[in-house]
Amino acid sequence: MLRIPCPYCGVRDQSEFDYGGDATVNYPALDASEQEWFEAVYLRDDPKGPHTELWRHARGCRMWIIVERNTVTHEITGARPANPAHAEVLKRDFELETT
Amino acid sequence: MANATLDLDFDKAAAKSISRRDNAAGSPTSKQPGRIATKTAAIDQSQTISFTWEGDKLAAHPGDTLASALLANGVRLTSRSFKYHRPRGVMSAGVEEGGAIVTVGEGARKTPNTNAATCEMFDGLVAHGQNAWPSLRHDIGSVNNFASPFFGAGFYYKTFFSVSPFGSKGTKQWMWYETLIRKAAGMGRMSREPDPDHYETAHAFCDVLVVGSGPAGLEAARVAAEAGLDVILAEQDFALGGGLLSETRSIEGAAAAGWRSAKLAALTAAGVRIMDRTTVFGLYDGGVAGLVQRVSDHISAPDPDSIRQRVWTVRSEHTVLATGAVERTIAFGDNDRPGVMTAGAARTYLNRFGVMAGRKVVVATTNDSGRVAAADFAAAGAEVTLLDARESVGAAPDGVAQRLGFAPLRSLGGFGVKGVEIARDTATGWRREDELDCDLLAVSGGWSPVVNLLSHRGVKPVWSDEHAAFLPGETAEPIHCAGAATGLMDLDASAASGRNAAATILGRPTEPLEEAPTHVEEVYEVRVPDRKLKSFVDPQHDVTTKDIRQAHQEGYVSVEHLKRYTTLGMANDQGRNGNVIGLALMAEARGIDIPDVGTTTFRPPFTPVSIGALAGQARGAHFRPLRRSPMDAWNLGEGATMTDAGLWRRPWFYPQKTEDGVEDIDAAYIREATVVRETVGLCDVTSLGKIAVQGPDAAEFLNRVYTNGFAKLAVGRARYGVMLREDGLAMDDGTVWRMAEHDYFMTTTTAGAGQVMSWLELLLETRWQDLRVAVTSVSERWAGMAVAGPHARNVLKSVVTDIDFEDESFPFMGVREGTLGGALCRVARISFSGEFAYEIYVESDHGAAMAAALWDAAKPLGGVLYGTEALGALRIEKGHVTHSEIDGRTTIEDIGLGKMASTKKSYVGSALKDRATLRDVNRPQLVGLKPTDTDDVFKAGAILRREGNMRGHGLGWVSSVTHSPALGHWIGLGLLEGGVERWEGRTIVADDPARGKLTKVTVISPHMFDLEGARLKPEMDPPTGVELPAAPLALPQRSALGTLWPVQDMPAVRGRAELDDVEDPNPQTGDAAAWVVECAPKPLWQATAWPDRKSVVEDALLEAAGADAAPKPGRLAIGEDDIKILRVAPLVWWVEGLAEDDQYAVSQLSAEDGSSLELSHGFTKLLIGGSRAAELLNRFLPLDLRDERFPVGSVATSGMHHAPVTLARETATSYALWLPRSYAKSLWEMLVDAARRMG
Amino acid sequence: MGRYSAWEIIKQGLTGNKGWERAWRDPEPKARYDAIVVGGGGHGLATAYYLAKEHGIRNVAVLEKGWLGGGNAGRNTTIVRSNYMIPGNTEFYEFSLKIWENLSQDLNYNVMMSQRGQIVLFHSPAGRDAAARRLNIMRLNGIDGELLDREQVMKMVPHLDYSENARFHILGAAYQPRAGTARHDAVNWGFARAADQLGVDIIQNCEVTGFLHDATGAAIGVQTTRGEIRAGKIGVAVAGHSNRVAQMAGVGRLPIEAHALQAFVSEAVKPHLDYVIAFGGIGHFYISQSDKGGMVYGGDLDMYNNYAQRGMLPVVHDVHECVMQVMPSLGRARLLRSWGGIMDMSMDGSPIIDKSPVEGLYLNCGWCYGGFKATPASGFCFAHLIAKDEPHPAGAGLRLDRFRHGAMIDEKGAGATAWHH
Repeated sequence: MLRIPCPYCGVRDQSEFDYGGDATVNYPALDASEQEWFEAVYLRDDPKGPHTELWRHARGCRMWIIVERNTVTHEITGARPANPAHAEVLKRDFELETT
Repeated sequence: MANATLDLDFDKAAAKSISRRDNAAGSPTSKQPGRIATKTAAIDQSQTISFTWEGDKLAAHPGDTLASALLANGVRLTSRSFKYHRPRGVMSAGVEEGGAIVTVGEGARKTPNTNAATCEMFDGLVAHGQNAWPSLRHDIGSVNNFASPFFGAGFYYKTFFSVSPFGSKGTKQWMWYETLIRKAAGMGRMSREPDPDHYETAHAFCDVLVVGSGPAGLEAARVAAEAGLDVILAEQDFALGGGLLSETRSIEGAAAAGWRSAKLAALTAAGVRIMDRTTVFGLYDGGVAGLVQRVSDHISAPDPDSIRQRVWTVRSEHTVLATGAVERTIAFGDNDRPGVMTAGAARTYLNRFGVMAGRKVVVATTNDSGRVAAADFAAAGAEVTLLDARESVGAAPDGVAQRLGFAPLRSLGGFGVKGVEIARDTATGWRREDELDCDLLAVSGGWSPVVNLLSHRGVKPVWSDEHAAFLPGETAEPIHCAGAATGLMDLDASAASGRNAAATILGRPTEPLEEAPTHVEEVYEVRVPDRKLKSFVDPQHDVTTKDIRQAHQEGYVSVEHLKRYTTLGMANDQGRNGNVIGLALMAEARGIDIPDVGTTTFRPPFTPVSIGALAGQARGAHFRPLRRSPMDAWNLGEGATMTDAGLWRRPWFYPQKTEDGVEDIDAAYIREATVVRETVGLCDVTSLGKIAVQGPDAAEFLNRVYTNGFAKLAVGRARYGVMLREDGLAMDDGTVWRMAEHDYFMTTTTAGAGQVMSWLELLLETRWQDLRVAVTSVSERWAGMAVAGPHARNVLKSVVTDIDFEDESFPFMGVREGTLGGALCRVARISFSGEFAYEIYVESDHGAAMAAALWDAAKPLGGVLYGTEALGALRIEKGHVTHSEIDGRTTIEDIGLGKMASTKKSYVGSALKDRATLRDVNRPQLVGLKPTDTDDVFKAGAILRREGNMRGHGLGWVSSVTHSPALGHWIGLGLLEGGVERWEGRTIVADDPARGKLTKVTVISPHMFDLEGARLKPEMDPPTGVELPAAPLALPQRSALGTLWPVQDMPAVRGRAELDDVEDPNPQTGDAAAWVVECAPKPLWQATAWPDRKSVVEDALLEAAGADAAPKPGRLAIGEDDIKILRVAPLVWWVEGLAEDDQYAVSQLSAEDGSSLELSHGFTKLLIGGSRAAELLNRFLPLDLRDERFPVGSVATSGMHHAPVTLARETATSYALWLPRSYAKSLWEMLVDAARRMG
Repeated sequence: MGRYSAWEIIKQGLTGNKGWERAWRDPEPKARYDAIVVGGGGHGLATAYYLAKEHGIRNVAVLEKGWLGGGNAGRNTTIVRSNYMIPGNTEFYEFSLKIWENLSQDLNYNVMMSQRGQIVLFHSPAGRDAAARRLNIMRLNGIDGELLDREQVMKMVPHLDYSENARFHILGAAYQPRAGTARHDAVNWGFARAADQLGVDIIQNCEVTGFLHDATGAAIGVQTTRGEIRAGKIGVAVAGHSNRVAQMAGVGRLPIEAHALQAFVSEAVKPHLDYVIAFGGIGHFYISQSDKGGMVYGGDLDMYNNYAQRGMLPVVHDVHECVMQVMPSLGRARLLRSWGGIMDMSMDGSPIIDKSPVEGLYLNCGWCYGGFKATPASGFCFAHLIAKDEPHPAGAGLRLDRFRHGAMIDEKGAGATAWHH
């Protein structure tokens, strides 16, 4: 079972999370062209190996996070909040804890 | 004693002694022909218990397995084989057993395919042989044995499909044979009764999981635990010690038994959590192991309420695999005859169980372990001949006749071994030399380390010529192998390797392993030219050496093809017996080395696991949680028939008593819908999704996610909106109420609630991070009722006195806040039914009381309660769509809402909604339908098509139907190519062959009733003489568990053991191991900060709560009067227990800093305590609750049975648990059940 | 080449089974073929067979990186049915079922096609209407299907959970009598043997590592671990790795993601279930009993991109909860083995059989769960496309460009989220 290191809650079971798919997809502006949106919505790299992906800690802090996971070994090498502002907040939090 | 039983046929003796016992009125004598006095503690011969085998009552001792007891009683024939129905008996003493697979138990508890060699004996055990009819001895199926030349590997792929006895083609002939084959195949027979037993799942966490309690496992666990690590030791056997239990040799200078008990004492002292009768069935990613614990399988009469088996999910930092090794046999003629078993097994029965499986023993070995067995049997007084395939070995053990360079060629006898032909190894291969009498043939073909669990991790085992076995491969994961699992055969070396595993984990130096090299002769098969022998490789699946060679001959040479073509290794033992021999024979046939043939992957589970255990508590009514509205009990009280809506239970209709019985659903909903349009009706709409959207940029946000404009929605007004998925198709619809400048209240459909909520969060967190918007689900906080019909206003006026309901101050699509009996309420004048209508929401605990108050007012007006069926009728009349039309394949134009798709702005989905096919004018589009003959009926799911014959998909389909009380006939909505524009007024057919119905229908506008919307604003005064009740002064507050607050002289907490005596105010905490009580409700507020305003919001919260330091992630802070601040997310806090006047500070947060809202009534708060509180929680919560990981003051949100729940540790032994209100009763029931089982 | 028959078995049995020939040859790859099929699963082998049989193209090689049928062809739950509702699927899967009905005779290999019938339970009135719509479309397309009420289901399978205690009550079922199961390995081996007998080279342990293109960019061959192989036309049938191979071949990214689906089999027991049972809605589950006696069952995907042929515990629990909800008598039956397969999950849950943007390269992918039952039709239509450069009518809807134009074939209505189909 995946054990996902939620940047806020710590390492938790996969069963607490919902999957959000490829996090590297660059979603265009709402007024972008049909072609741009088609590529963003439908086409995937689907890599065999390292994958940058979205998970939501649905039965947890509800935060959407970006996880670095290997799609063959399932090794997880990193996780950060999808929203950089949240990352900033947590950085300060944990600095506080260490000082 | 040996002379008494020289050529005894054990089965005949058993039969005699059994019939003797039968005369003695079934009382078992303790006479067991195979039993001798044993020195080991594993068996308590002072006690005799009885069990029933094939209807005969036999004697056994505590500590026996079923197999040891059968052997003790001289029973050797235990079952018939899978394919050829050959007699089979006990072949091993462990999980690798391939012969003694039997059925245990009776009735609904009958458990087939039970391994007798691992089945723990208990008084009253009942067992039968398998796969035999009419009896084990006289089995019709054994004719297969003589037809075996025609039943070779894969024979069924080559026939049963051509010329059929019925002359028919296709699949008929095969299906005729298939019924015969299915009956012949299979093994034991399942009961068709539901399994009456209970199962549980549970979670555990540790530093080190040690698998196996042999010398290596014991030492690994001891060293790790003594160094302060938190260790779980799992042993599948009911006795600890592994091989030590069968050992006569000394270990590290001590007697095995003494060494074992000394180490066990040390483990207990070091606090190791020892789990016996527990199999680690799988190793999964992330350091997760699956364990199954057999809790009561070995108990004669288990408490009916107790658990049969429990499946553990264990997360460990390190795993030590001390899983030992299993002994292989050798392929020779009739090597499956009862009385042929592995040497190690014979030795185990002798030393551990005091059972002498034979008195005249031939031991055949290719390695040293057989010699030890021979010595033990000689010492026990048996007449022993040792065949050692090796030419040069040491002197024979005392009392053993040794013949070097010999091996068995074929076993002799009937249902039991009576002798053996032996062969000598010569330069030209094996040559038959001699024949020996024996009643036990004990074989050792070498040992196979148990590498299964490592194989689960994708680690390929590595072949070792020295060991003639596959050894564990390398892995980068923190998994460490030790003992016989690594090929070590020496006891001292095994113990040392266990210590080394722990040392590696602890980063300490390891000790050198000394093991005298022993030679293993690679003998996998013994055969001589021109002798037709049936030599089994995989006894359980009847795979012979011939099958392997035939597979090679036909080109099924890759390991996987060999396995699949011959079924080698696909039986319950997963190839523990046969795989190596099979590979060796394939290697020989291909002229390559064994490792080049490869090895099949072992997959979970290690040994078979009960399906019930893997389901655990989530069974029957608790398969999924049931979400209940706060009005649930009230609805039932009013006679509602309920229906499922996702996880929710909703009123479907309210049948009334009539002179001829009770209304059916049609009568009921038609009456309900009629009355709504005539006077007024009430409908529980609590299950609709409700989301608070707050913040300075909320308007912009809504404007992006809805297809229509939201920028200019005024405060106090509501608007209907449609959302698209980003692929341009319709996702969900609902209303948005603007409560304040920066505060919106969004409703979604019941089905769409979850999807919409996480979609909004995704957009905000991953795409539009610049927007200052907070979205919070408030579905649980509000109980909702739709009040619809001409008298709707009269009803509301009479119960809500502080809102002016007159048109000018409260127009259509207006929103107001007020109070109902002192309880906060929100009212919007919106209509799903097309009637003059309102939706009113109160805080959930007041829901039932609100319903009662509204009903009191509606009744005198001739009102009605209506359910989802009538709701459907009303909306269909109006052409309003739901998820029957928004089915994930329809566009906003398809469902007739194209005009709501703004052309002035871009919004989610606008880019892709105009793709060519999605704009095709021929797409099915929303239409209204009525039967051309208005007496006719048609149904949802019917296909719309032109009259006459056709083939294909037709023109569209009927999505919803109802009988329309307003129109007096059936109507429907459908999606039809070209829509109303093309078809209005024309007649087509609704074809419903599945229900044998073909109906002519006329296409009409989907707006089938009150097209001009006149009914949205009628004036109707209460009929004269109708006395409406006064508005209630106070609304009682009832919790999700049915508790009426305030409870008389209310304690801080109250609880109860049972759900029925809900009014009992006494906390039943006592000194129970684990108790659960419900807490009195406290005001609960949530605050959210914009990232750069965190400290400002924190200060406001601290101020309000009177606390001094803001809580860090995953912590809570306690202020004055036990006010708690819980940090539940990076920028979200809960504040519990604020008094009215302190709430202001939180409620009035500046929109520039963040947002806040009240969540009171949204949760049911439980207090869980007792010495085993954490264990109780871990039956459900996958949280690490060990003191150092979850100290007092910790807060965590996790998942309990599909629901998000929040846990706070209040004291060392008590936890607060917040359950979402609608789930609370379901989860409470599961918690109480589990707590009761713990006592 | 010997044909299989009862007489052959008796003859061989009496002569020590010495005369059985190889089921298929083990040839060295040639330098050039008229067509090569990448992927030695059921679809690839069937494609090669029909290229040779239907189109006389016999100079064909099937290139398999490992052993035949080592992908999803050998790790599925063997269910065959044609209860599809959306144009494009309906006709295709029925076309497939029709081939299944005479496949054993055609291949001279018993694929054990057992038309025992599939029962798809529903638990709500809305579920009944949805089932009716599906059945109506099947019936109007000449496919068998019946709507069963609760009592009819009880008669057919008395030991499901009909009790009040069940969380979701069985209200009835959609029944397709002609649906059933087949023996997955036999299908692969049968197609391999039949193709081999028509001259097709089946080359195992031959992994494609690159593609050869001419100046115009057209595909003219492949690089493999066993050397360069040129071909007039190249068909790719590598479900589970389609996006990888397509990107290697210069086709670019596909609307496909790889996800793992677990399957489970219990110990063998005497006949306990005579139909295929399935349900959707809350949870997703299907179960049948193999001829050997094992209960074969599965449920939802492990929902995250996954190239490892193994799954995780949460889904194991979820699936077994479903077993107990449907058939509580199986509580004491034991799970014997579980495994995972890599699904080619497309963005609308339906497959693709189409030319690729690269000249000379043809795609067969996106099978989601549907691959096994589609095997014969997939091979038949793909061979037709490769041979004639135009789609076979039965597979004409399975276009690659349908996503771009909004012509999705979305049976579930789940939208462009691969793992929700």
